[in-house]
This record gives sequence, C-alpha cells and structure tokens, in this order.
Amino acid sequence: MGGEEEARAEPARNTGTDEPFVQIKGVTKKFGDVTAVDNVDLDIQRGELFCLLGGSGCGKTTLLRMLAGFEFPQAGTISIDGIDMSEVPAYERPTNMMFQSYALFPHMSVEKNIAFGLQQDRIPRSEIADRVHDILKLVELQDYKKRKPQQLSGGQRQRVALARALVKEPKLLLLDEPLAALDKKLRKQTQFELANIQEQVGVTFIVVTHDQEEAMTLSTRMAVMNAGRFEQIGTSTEIYEFPQSRFVADFIGSANIFEGRVVEDSADHVRVETDLCEIYINHGQSVAKGSQIWVALRPEKIYLSKNAPEKPGPNQATGMVDDIGYLGDTSIYKIRMDNGLILDVTAPNQIRPMSRTHAITWEDKVYLSWEPASAMLLNS
Amino acid sequence: MTDITDHTAADSDAPLWSRLARRMQANWRVIITIIPFAWLFLFFLFPFFIVAKISLAEVIIASPPFSRMIEWTDGGIMTIRLVFDNFTYILTDNLYFNTYVNSLKISVTSTIICLLFGYPIAYGIVRSGPVAKPILLFTIILPFWTSFLLRVYAWMGLLADQGTINNLLISLGLIDEPIRMLYTEFAVYVGIVYTYMPFMILPLYANMEKLDLSLNEAAADLGSRPTNTFFRVTLPLTIPGIIAGSLLVFIPATGEYVIPDLLGGGNVQMIGRVLFNEFSRNTDWPVAAAVAIVLLFLLVLPIIIFQYYQGKASEAG
Repeated sequence: MGGEEEARAEPARNTGTDEPFVQIKGVTKKFGDVTAVDNVDLDIQRGELFCLLGGSGCGKTTLLRMLAGFEFPQAGTISIDGIDMSEVPAYERPTNMMFQSYALFPHMSVEKNIAFGLQQDRIPRSEIADRVHDILKLVELQDYKKRKPQQLSGGQRQRVALARALVKEPKLLLLDEPLAALDKKLRKQTQFELANIQEQVGVTFIVVTHDQEEAMTLSTRMAVMNAGRFEQIGTSTEIYEFPQSRFVADFIGSANIFEGRVVEDSADHVRVETDLCEIYINHGQSVAKGSQIWVALRPEKIYLSKNAPEKPGPNQATGMVDDIGYLGDTSIYKIRMDNGLILDVTAPNQIRPMSRTHAITWEDKVYLSWEPASAMLLNS
Repeated sequence: MTDITDHTAADSDAPLWSRLARRMQANWRVIITIIPFAWLFLFFLFPFFIVAKISLAEVIIASPPFSRMIEWTDGGIMTIRLVFDNFTYILTDNLYFNTYVNSLKISVTSTIICLLFGYPIAYGIVRSGPVAKPILLFTIILPFWTSFLLRVYAWMGLLADQGTINNLLISLGLIDEPIRMLYTEFAVYVGIVYTYMPFMILPLYANMEKLDLSLNEAAADLGSRPTNTFFRVTLPLTIPGIIAGSLLVFIPATGEYVIPDLLGGGNVQMIGRVLFNEFSRNTDWPVAAAVAIVLLFLLVLPIIIFQYYQGKASEAG
C-alpha cells in the first residue's frame, strides 16, 4: 500500500527533480523467523524531514539501520541520490546517523568527537578546526568543547551527537529517536530547534520516532509503520484528519471508533448507520452503499452540551458523564452513551472550573453533536 | 534498609524504633568498613611487618634462626638492633641483581605474550553468540578445576626429551633428534603464559563486555574503517582491562617459584627460586626476607602507577 497516498502528497512538495532522493524498493529484512521489515516501498524527496513513526518492534529502526548500512536487506534495493547502496558499507555511505543512545566516544572531548568524522575524510587540520567551530556555534556549545561527554547534561549530549552527525555535511541525516532521552519540556523545545536546524542546513532528515507528537511537529511527511509495513504515508494533517485504517486512527491521537453500514453514497456525502446514531459525512470520502465500515471520530471534534439540540438530525447522540479527567488546558470526558458505549470527548477549559455554574459534571445528561465534516471513514 | 532511611529522612520526630534502626544502620556502616581493614591488617600488614623485622636481623644458629630486634639487658635497658647488611648484600651482589632483572624480563615478556593472545581471545568471546559465550568462558576457567601443580607436571611430560611432543615429531619423521625444550627458558615461558592466560582474559572480557557496540557503528557511520575504529575507539576504551589483566599476570609471574623450578630446572634463575633457596637450603631467613621485601617494592611500583592512572581516569570521568 502507500502508492496512492504518495501521489496525493507529491504535488505539494515536488522539489523539481524527477528521481526521488531516497528510493526504497521492495525491501525485506528478516531476523530468523521474525520479519522486521516486510516488502516496503518508499520515496523521499531531497530536503524533506521525513518521520518513520510506529510502536516498538514495528521495524522503523531496522529500516533506518538499513539506510545507514548497519543492516543489509535480504530482498529489495535502497538507493540514495541515485546510487544503489546494496554493496556500500556503512563507512562509505553519504549518510550520517544520530544514535538513540547518542553513542558519543566517552574517551574523547566534545571537540574530538565532532572532529572524528572529518579526520576520516583526510580534511586539512585548519579546515577541521573551522568546521568544528562553526557547528559548535550552531548547536550553541562553544563553551563546552573541552568537556568529556560524561560531563554534559542530556540535552547537551544530544546536541553534540547532532553536531557530530551534521558536521560531515551528509546528504542524508538519519536520526534514531533523537529526543527520546530528554525530559518532556526540553523535548518540546528541541523539536523546534531540530526543525530549524534542518531548515538552515537543508539536509534531508529521516527521523525514527515512536512519539506521534514529535512526528507531527517535526515532519514534512511521515510514514506510520506497523508490523514491518507502512500503514499510511502522508503529511501530519493528512494522517490525522484522514487516517486510512483503524490502526492509524488509533495510533495517531485518539479516536472513537464505531462500526456501521453505509446506507447512502452520493457524490457529496455519505450516510452511515450505526447503533449509536446516523452519521452524515460530507467531506468527499466515498464508499459503496451497503458495505460494513469503521467510522472514527476524534474526541476534540465532538461538541458537548447540557441543552438538547434545536432540531433532531444526524450526528447527534445523548449520554451521561461517567468520568472527567482534568488536564489543565483541556478536560477529557468519558461519556456513557445510551447504547452502553463509552465515548471520549475533549473540551478546552476556557472558563475557570470554580466559577462555572453551568459546568458539566459527573452524572449529567449530555448531548453530543459534531460537524458533518468531522467523522472519518476507515478503509480497513 | 532503604525503607528505614526514608522514614528517618521524612521526619526528625521519628519514633524510638526508627531512631534505633538509624543508629544501627550507622554502626553497620562502620562494621562493614572495618572488615576489609581488619583482613588487610591481619593477613597483609602484620605478616609484612614480621618479614620486614626479620630482614633487619642477623642470621644465627638458633630457632628461629635470626637475631632479636629488641633486647632487654640487665637493669631493664632496651636496645634495638637494626641490621641493614642483608639489603646492601643483595643489592650489591651480582647474583641477586641479575636474578631480579631476569625475573622481570621473563614476567614482562610473558605479560606481553599473554596480552597478544588474550586480547583477541577475550574479544572473540565478547562477540560470540549467546550459546557459544558461556561455553567459551567455561573453557577458560576449566583448567582451574585441576591442581596447578598437576598441570605443570603435565607440561613436563609434554616438553621432555622423551615427551609427547618430541615423540610425535620423531614418529612423524619431522626431526631425528629430540628438541630440547624442558629445562629451558622456553619451557618457563610456556608454563607462565599457559598458567596466567585466564588472568589476562577475564579482566579484558569484563572490560570489553561493557563496551557499547553502537560506538563501533558510530565510528563506521562517520567514515572510519574497521582497523581504524579498533585503534581509535576499541583499544583506548579497553586500556583499563589491559592494565588490570597485565598486573594480574605480571605480579604473580615475577615471584613465580614452581614453574621455573619444575620447567626451568637449574637453568632459569628467577627470584622465587632464590628466595626459596635462601630460606630452606641456606636457612638464611634474614636474607630471604630482604629478597622478599625488595621484590615487594618492585611489584608495588607498577600498582602505584596503575592507581595513579585510574585516579586520573575517574577524575576525568
């Protein structure tokens, strides 16, 4: 799969070259009986910040390691910038990798860690010094160049690892969970820094992550991986707003998923009958009439009210507040629907809870409704 | 234990039982640190002082065969007699000097040979699969299950003129006359390298096992070929293992007595044999003690250097 999503993403980001910068064709990698990567195809354009997103063991890291040359596929080919990488060892590839553990050399200072890669290319000493100096400035670590990795904080190590990988000006930078070792606040800050640096240096980035928020903030495009295959490839918006499968809908963000039967399929809308209510969708997705289908509805796209809607219609349901999770900026409401199903609804806390006289609270009877463009049809 | 600490840390008005527990814990800390000190005092420092005392005495025909350090003359006057002749004797006599040099030469060479063979062996074990690894480690430790003396005797049988190796070579027609191996320096090297190899391999293994393999990948990723990666990443990071293994081979090998005696015969002079001869054949305990003291200082020196290096390394780390 993935072919048609590709086509949809392409026009917006065509960089002018006909041939994709990274081309993965029919790549399969097995470890014993376990298929880590199962016959995948992927094209990545020059200058993209592409995220491989998936849970642990989905094959995303294996795919990255095959790009770096630490693993070789049993079937299929990988080419980078038009060159087939099948016979090219890691030390001759035009890629550099930032490791999840950072893999900084503990016996070398920050400066020497960064210079290591340049020394391998037999670059003159004075040029090495200049380039190390420039990259240290980029990651704001000029004052730490004499320190050993153990004397740095997690965030500083992360930047050294990034600098070490970037200083060689690779054609392709591979990042394996680059922010996983940082605490939440630092991670958010670094996400934007990383995206800025990518824009500044213009190198193609491929980032492996299990954190959907990270993938959404960083990436120009992403691929959602599951069990060695791509579930969906597209931009953050495409993947969030139009997930193609139950897996994607559930993995990216959260979703209320219902089973239903298509009762009408016309050019501009679809009507799906579920045992909760009738769902009316008008954003152009289309499925054959009579087919059984999954419908997903994001919790933040549901309106919650204690007042009954003015006139009954589709996209309406009633239930009772079963539980409330207060998150500060938003609250999550668990609504027990009349048919026993529990739905998640999130709502922003625009009014302070203590001054809310009309606040929705436990055991309240509530009316749920959503826009005709909100629900999403899932293919599988 | 941690549970108790948490309680006491949480409030100063802790109940009696918790304050008692805390005091017990403080005492335990003292008791636990006393044990190694007591051990070192009883089994190292105290015997060392006895040997040092004997080295400063004169040999006499008596039991024990040395003069007393402290003597009480009539009227309760105490005299202390310290004799440094033993040290001047062994440090000026060429026999002792040459034997020390020869011992050091043999032990240093053996250490280097052990390192050259042990390093790749340890590296191979670290890199071996989950099935092979415990088996390989077991075979390294296996020889310890047989008496050391027995294994040295086995080498005598292998290396002798009419021994297994010579017989095999003659029966294969490769040689006519047996090659003289037993009672040569070669045999001593074989014995020492064979015996002390595990002491080189095990610390190296322990050190290499901790090495992060992603460092090798990182080096390759940055364009470093495997040999370059070895010299710039793996080797520098295994220096602590190399030092520990080398010391564990070098120190006992220098003072080795059984191997040079059984495999070297009278042809290989090592300080352990001289010490034994002074002690049991000449019954010159003071000279034997002086030989031991000088040997101790020879061996302590590399340990001090090692400690200094380690201190510096941990300071940096």
